[in-house]
Amino acid sequence: MISQSTNAASSTPTSASSRPTNVVVAGLGGQGVLKASDILADVVFSSGLDVKKSELHGMSQRGGSVSSDVRFGERVFSPMVPEGEADFLLVIAADQVPVNEWALRPGGVLIDASMIDESSLPNKKSINVALLGVLSRHLHFPVEAWTAAIGRNLPEKLHEANLQAFSMGRALEQKK
Amino acid sequence: MDSLPQLNALSLLSGDEAVAMAAIDCAVALGTGYPGTPSTEILETFAALGGRAQWSPNEKVALEVAIGVAFAGARAIVTMKHVGLNVAADPLFTVASTRLDGALVVVTADDPGMASSQNEQDNRRYALAAGVPMLEPSDSQEAYEFMVRAIEISERWQAPVLLRMTTRVCHSKTVVRRGTIAVPPPRAPHFEHDLPSRVMIPAYARPAHPRLRKKLAEMAAWNDEAGPNQLIPGSTKLGIITSGVSFHHVREVAPEASVLKIGMTYPLPVERMRAFAASVERCIVIEEGDPYLVEGARAACIAVEGKPESFRFGELNSARVRRILDGDNSPEPKRVAGKMPAFCPGCPHRSVYTALKNLDCIVSGDIGCYSLGALPPFEAMDTMVCMGASIGVGLGLRYTLPPEQAKRVVSVIGDSTFVHSGITGLVEMIYNPPQSGHVVVILDNGTTAMTGLQEHPGTGRTLAHAKTGKVVFEELARTLGIQNVYVIDPTAEPEKFQQTIQSCLDRPELSVVISRHNCLLANRSIREYERCNDQPID
Repeated sequence: MISQSTNAASSTPTSASSRPTNVVVAGLGGQGVLKASDILADVVFSSGLDVKKSELHGMSQRGGSVSSDVRFGERVFSPMVPEGEADFLLVIAADQVPVNEWALRPGGVLIDASMIDESSLPNKKSINVALLGVLSRHLHFPVEAWTAAIGRNLPEKLHEANLQAFSMGRALEQKK
Repeated sequence: MDSLPQLNALSLLSGDEAVAMAAIDCAVALGTGYPGTPSTEILETFAALGGRAQWSPNEKVALEVAIGVAFAGARAIVTMKHVGLNVAADPLFTVASTRLDGALVVVTADDPGMASSQNEQDNRRYALAAGVPMLEPSDSQEAYEFMVRAIEISERWQAPVLLRMTTRVCHSKTVVRRGTIAVPPPRAPHFEHDLPSRVMIPAYARPAHPRLRKKLAEMAAWNDEAGPNQLIPGSTKLGIITSGVSFHHVREVAPEASVLKIGMTYPLPVERMRAFAASVERCIVIEEGDPYLVEGARAACIAVEGKPESFRFGELNSARVRRILDGDNSPEPKRVAGKMPAFCPGCPHRSVYTALKNLDCIVSGDIGCYSLGALPPFEAMDTMVCMGASIGVGLGLRYTLPPEQAKRVVSVIGDSTFVHSGITGLVEMIYNPPQSGHVVVILDNGTTAMTGLQEHPGTGRTLAHAKTGKVVFEELARTLGIQNVYVIDPTAEPEKFQQTIQSCLDRPELSVVISRHNCLLANRSIREYERCNDQPID
């Protein structure tokens, strides 16, 4: 994206400290995209930061492309991650990377399904939470905040499998 | 709706959930509506939080029920998506000039960008056309506060109020602080005779119209003085007038600009807009959809800059707002297309479209999951206009096409859509039967699938899934006088389904074929509801 720096109306950069952190979670309907962004937004909210989460429901539920934006910081304005400004892009379906790459900023971090060995997950459906585990290493929220949010956002019978998936993802990033 | 919001002082809520929470805090007596993305979660949340909510067969009935509640002195909320207001427009235009004793808030959830809609209509036009005040929240906090304000305005002027949401406001989650506005206690329901204010025969309606205009003039003055509008002082070089979610894009892109955010977009706070425009060198309006604020400003001789026509289409975002401010009309970057939605594996609609395609039918379609029949691999639905149109459009085709084409026309309509506005189509079919006959297929999957598995009168369960009266489609069709009525499970017996359609097409008679198989996404829940509802009460 070419920045339009000639016009005073739009060129004033926001200061580094006020710039929100931008995360885009993407995948296909039914993969738990919205659940993953709910858990992330809950972690941020419980930390006391301002947070906005945005997505489109509707037709996307029938196996189509789905993406969800989570923005957080001291103060967030637009609920949508601006083009090319995502600090993190989490993609649950490998083939959805090209569809969502536009969101990632130069130097932004791509976290995608290929990083996780699905067969080692206690429940294959927890791949969304495993990717949150990877993301958690990049953010400054305590691990307890993540496990609490996972607990609040999933039914009890799924806690064990998802906490394991989260730990797997988190350990993975540590090894690198 | 996954996890239920709690009634906490501070929470992260969608705009829909925030409206529901405000409805609880305002002691709204009844919520009515018809499911429609992005409005559906309002009533579901309201019910989950303990409010009394019910789905109506369609938006017109929902609004009429709510009008009754407001005539009784209580508070009512009606929810619908933007096109739902077309269905409810008839009562809306007249209740505008009718005296209410309670409160009536009509929520219209617009869908700029058409994430899941058939058109991109801007319902701010309805406020102007019907003479109904309109509030437009920009995030969940305002969704909460403006719902309370809407109740206040409705009771103060004894008039209905439109609360206009958009997809981004409905479905974005933002932080909500509860109890920020004091809510006046509701009145006890009581009926008071007042025929001239509530019986809109011409003799009473004539004085009602100037009364409405007088009320609107008072509201406009109030909006200028004390309306829910926000001025953010900034540079005198650039001033931006905005409303709804666009406000947040504006603040992101042009933090230095002066901003006038309009919260009550009808009647407009024209004098505030005039003073604001006069205070800046360049005054530009940033709004999603139609140039509604631009036209309102210009009609009052306020010189404002608008956006180029290309930004009328689709949602705005930070990048597009930046382009408007910079006067950048270069082509916007095209994104890689995502994967289109498709029928679930094993969806009963698949067998239906397989049969219709095999028989080379001309398919007059309707609105629901089965609209996906227009996409590959089937591409077997030829028309789709609005809720219920499949039957009327199918009849029009039958009346007009040459015989060899006319006899291949089939109307397909979902169960919830049939109840919404297909029944009158069936009556038309009995009353004006085409020479070649006609075939209507009701795709009964036991739920309102597209909007997220809501109940409807054909399921025999209420919004909260409790047992209630049930409309049985085959009995209704027979009672109306349809000659051939069949009920077939297209998944269990695909050949029989196709043969039945074939034999109906071959006869110059009226046929209704009910394709009955539960939606696979709903099946488990449906069985559970049935099990609970069949248990004897101690």
